Amino acid sequence: MSVAGDETPVLASSPPIRFREPQIEMAHGAGGKASRRLVEGLFAPLLFASSSEPLGDAAHLDFNGTRIAITTDSFVVKPLSFPGGSIGELAVNGTVNDLAVSGAKAEAMVVTYVLEAGLPTPVLEAEVRAMGNAARRAGVTIAGGDTKVVEHGKADSMYITTTGIGRPLHGLKIDARSVRAGDKILLSGPIGDHGITILLARGELDLEADLHSDTRSVFPLVEALVNAAGPGVRWMRDPTRGGVATSLNELARDCGLGIALVEEMIPVRDAVRGACELLGLDPLHIANEGQFLAVVAPEYANAALNALNMARGGQDAQMIGEVREQPSGAVLVTTRYGGSRIIDMLVGDPLPRIC
Amino acid sequence: MKFVDEFRDPEVITKTSEEIRRLADPNRHYRIMEVCGGHTHAIYRFGLKDLLPSNIELIHGPGCPVCVLPMGRIDDGLSIAQQPDVIFAAFGDMMRVPGTQGSPLEHKARGMDVRIVYSPSDALKLAQMSPEKHVMFFAIGFETTAPSTALTLVRAKAQSIHNFSVFCNHVTIIPAIRAILDSPDMRIDAFIGPGHVSTVIGCRPYEWIAKNENKPVAVSGFEPLDILQSIVMVLRQLKADEAKIENQYKRVVPWEGNHAALRAMADVFELRPYFEWRGLGFISQSALRIRESYAEWDAEQRFHVPGVRVTDPKAAQCGEVLKGVLKPHQCKLFGKECTPEHPIGALMVSSEGSCAAYFNYEHRKTAMVTSIASVA
Repeated sequence: MSVAGDETPVLASSPPIRFREPQIEMAHGAGGKASRRLVEGLFAPLLFASSSEPLGDAAHLDFNGTRIAITTDSFVVKPLSFPGGSIGELAVNGTVNDLAVSGAKAEAMVVTYVLEAGLPTPVLEAEVRAMGNAARRAGVTIAGGDTKVVEHGKADSMYITTTGIGRPLHGLKIDARSVRAGDKILLSGPIGDHGITILLARGELDLEADLHSDTRSVFPLVEALVNAAGPGVRWMRDPTRGGVATSLNELARDCGLGIALVEEMIPVRDAVRGACELLGLDPLHIANEGQFLAVVAPEYANAALNALNMARGGQDAQMIGEVREQPSGAVLVTTRYGGSRIIDMLVGDPLPRIC
Repeated sequence: MKFVDEFRDPEVITKTSEEIRRLADPNRHYRIMEVCGGHTHAIYRFGLKDLLPSNIELIHGPGCPVCVLPMGRIDDGLSIAQQPDVIFAAFGDMMRVPGTQGSPLEHKARGMDVRIVYSPSDALKLAQMSPEKHVMFFAIGFETTAPSTALTLVRAKAQSIHNFSVFCNHVTIIPAIRAILDSPDMRIDAFIGPGHVSTVIGCRPYEWIAKNENKPVAVSGFEPLDILQSIVMVLRQLKADEAKIENQYKRVVPWEGNHAALRAMADVFELRPYFEWRGLGFISQSALRIRESYAEWDAEQRFHVPGVRVTDPKAAQCGEVLKGVLKPHQCKLFGKECTPEHPIGALMVSSEGSCAAYFNYEHRKTAMVTSIASVA
């Protein structure tokens, strides 16, 4: 996680720490409100130079006129492999996507493995191979790495951290504060595939579905969007943990405007919808690993959507709503029959509802 | 999606909504209670209040199992799980419900072995796979989930699985409805009856509500159209000055209920003389306990349970909200000390709890409309 900004980091004296919770809970890592409190209340004041900047997916830095984008992400997933992908692939695509939605093409990355003693070599080999393949597909060089091994029982098989640098695309300024009422919201494809695939792959539910993770590099789609609508692209985000609802709530907060979504325009596969109905989950809260959201100025919106639909893997992209003055700081979903509801960020992990 | 989409057809929904407007007497105020938390959730999730005239007021009932569970029971369950080699297994619904020392999830983060299961039989499977541990299933729910707990206990006994027990918090819906009707500050015109519970108990147990209390009941499904149709049914009855039990959820609910499920419950459970409900107090014969013949699998008999009563924070008005006397936002703590992230009462935890539903789906919307109105 990082702060978007061009300044060279300089630490302020006595920063205000607002994080007052006595210990770290699982929710602090779940990507919702608690995560945000931790980052904004503890990390940002102590580590980041300009904590007033909205949090972005990658930082853009300027070294005497040379601009680079940088980001890092850690991957913890159980099971390690699942239909449509595995942790190795996620680790590459996740970082490539964080750079992509900040408006940069990933060029190189370094990798850290934290391995649990006793991990079978074939499992590791499969993940390293998956990373190599994903990196080749995304056109990114893996430039180095580090390995640590911890005692058996001190880690869950393996954790992977990837840190990537990228080249910012020209003529693009991604900033939530540039978003205006009337802007359109685009979504690259169906949501919830990854989160539901993982939930089913854990084998705790006797449910089967023909579903696979959507993990992929979204850069080709971002590039198509930027080529068609570059000056009109105001904001992008990949809705991973916490889903579309969490990303759009962050946007609403950062730009101080309201987000109005039209529920029937949001693409959701039947299998995802079915699993969500059964488990009492909302697809808008489910994680994605191969989709992104974009806010585009209205005069560019049709060109942007066409470009996405024409690009490979973008045929299901949709315009799902627009930015409005109200409800300021919140996301309002209009249902198919004229009812509406506010949808908040996810609190903690999505928990299935049974009784 | 079959059985879902036809009940969300915008055209039919609009027509039904128009019918409600036609049926509702503009000079009358209607208070209709939806008993079940699942209905509360659906009403907010689909924004159904936007489709009703303002003189139809929906009152959220007591049918949210985690909401009516007193904090002391959660503490008791967690205290068992604090003993060595005990796994605490429960539905996801329970995981964020606060005890005095935090929720099961918070205990998990501190090292307790807490597992989310999707059915009691999953918990039994877990016990079979972990012979060196004891798995305690924290059972919650109305008659909807009680039969599957019963069948799991039957299986545990038949297969002699001894490292498994159930901490039973199953409650029954009828005494709760009675308590609400007996409450002096409660005026309800009609009920939207529970759907899932009725798949087990059928429609007969509600007959006294029509006969003795003269209130219409429509047993309802959970899709937007189900709920709107049920409102039409009770409005028609009110208009005709009738009171009867109607079954809107016929595709799932048999009038006579599910005999096999009821038999399994009767074999394994018996009524407790009384049980404490959060917000409603002690209600006699309102909850189930495990029969003596299954004592070995009854966590309350097998382990030492402190059994401490914990009173809710004074300022919290969960009881009034549960009974429908107050709307969620009228509670002094709503949205201030008590939020879905830092819930004080369980009503703010479960997505079926009226406070959480109101907070998540409605609260800022209402605040916004009010602020726009005040500007205008």
